Amino acid sequence: MTKPLSPQEVARQIREHIPDAVTDFDESAVFARSEALFQVARFLKQNLDLDYLASITAVDFFEHFELIYHLTSITKNHSVILKTRCEKGEKVPSVISLWQGADFQERDIFDLMGIAFVGHPNLKRIFLWDGFKGHPLRKDWSKNAAQD
Amino acid sequence: MEIKMPYSSSDLDRAEGLEIEALIKASQEPYPDPIAWMEEVRRNILVTTVDSVLNWCRHYSVWPLNLGLACCAFEMIATAVSRFDISRFGMELLRASPRQADLMIVAGTLTWKMAPALKRVYDQMPEPKWVLAMGACAISGGPFYDSYSVVPGVNRIIPVDVYVPGCPPRPEALLHGIIMLHQKIDKDSLLKKR
Repeated sequence: MTKPLSPQEVARQIREHIPDAVTDFDESAVFARSEALFQVARFLKQNLDLDYLASITAVDFFEHFELIYHLTSITKNHSVILKTRCEKGEKVPSVISLWQGADFQERDIFDLMGIAFVGHPNLKRIFLWDGFKGHPLRKDWSKNAAQD
Repeated sequence: MEIKMPYSSSDLDRAEGLEIEALIKASQEPYPDPIAWMEEVRRNILVTTVDSVLNWCRHYSVWPLNLGLACCAFEMIATAVSRFDISRFGMELLRASPRQADLMIVAGTLTWKMAPALKRVYDQMPEPKWVLAMGACAISGGPFYDSYSVVPGVNRIIPVDVYVPGCPPRPEALLHGIIMLHQKIDKDSLLKKR
């Protein structure tokens, strides 16, 4: 069974190397500032051997979005959950240069949630067609409003 | 105890003699051998209509297209294989190519992104062709009727001959739909306006 690393311990290690990157942690996840997300992700990959990105999820909390990265180490068999918050319209650094698997997932989030990833080489819609109005998984999106 | 018979044995002999005499009298000429059916003309003319023959051929050789879009596809596959056995209705295999297919079974949810592909595959099928909308999604969009990405009924894209409701329909329901299609084919005519 994959062992989840203690977020408190992971946050302490990140703070030692990258000051001001980690804002908070709770019982399950480490919260990073969105500007420092790439540095934190690179640190986790290099120092904690988190060589596999299982998933990226985006959640709409109305006043901000939250991105959730599920990181796993195949060699060490442990895992970390990394979260970050971003405002509407804010751009987030892409982690595609660290994990190739981020490619389609970041395009998915861009398509349905409308969060742009800086550094993604091919950021375009993946499920919906070119010309679709809006991002339908946003809470404030409605079909009728999009048709107007 | 002696049993009193209503007739004597000489009565029986007389009746038998009369029957044989009558048969001899009636059997003076031999019956002709039954070869009339071997005449070419009688053997090769069958009176019917062009419609009946064409519909009969089409009825028993509808080849479906293997078009599984979502979960309904598994019920379609179950219908095709040995337990329910679509071959009983002359359908044999689900064809992998639209060029070889007569019936498009739209099994599952059609999204707007998939719709151009479905339209193209339909256009590639040779005439005459039929469409069977299988399941709630294909009929009306089903639970996704109001969705941003799902076509609310495949009849927005292509004309549909038979609707089979269910979510998903059981194989029996699909077979019933196929029988309904057979009944529709039987009523087809060359003179009808397409």
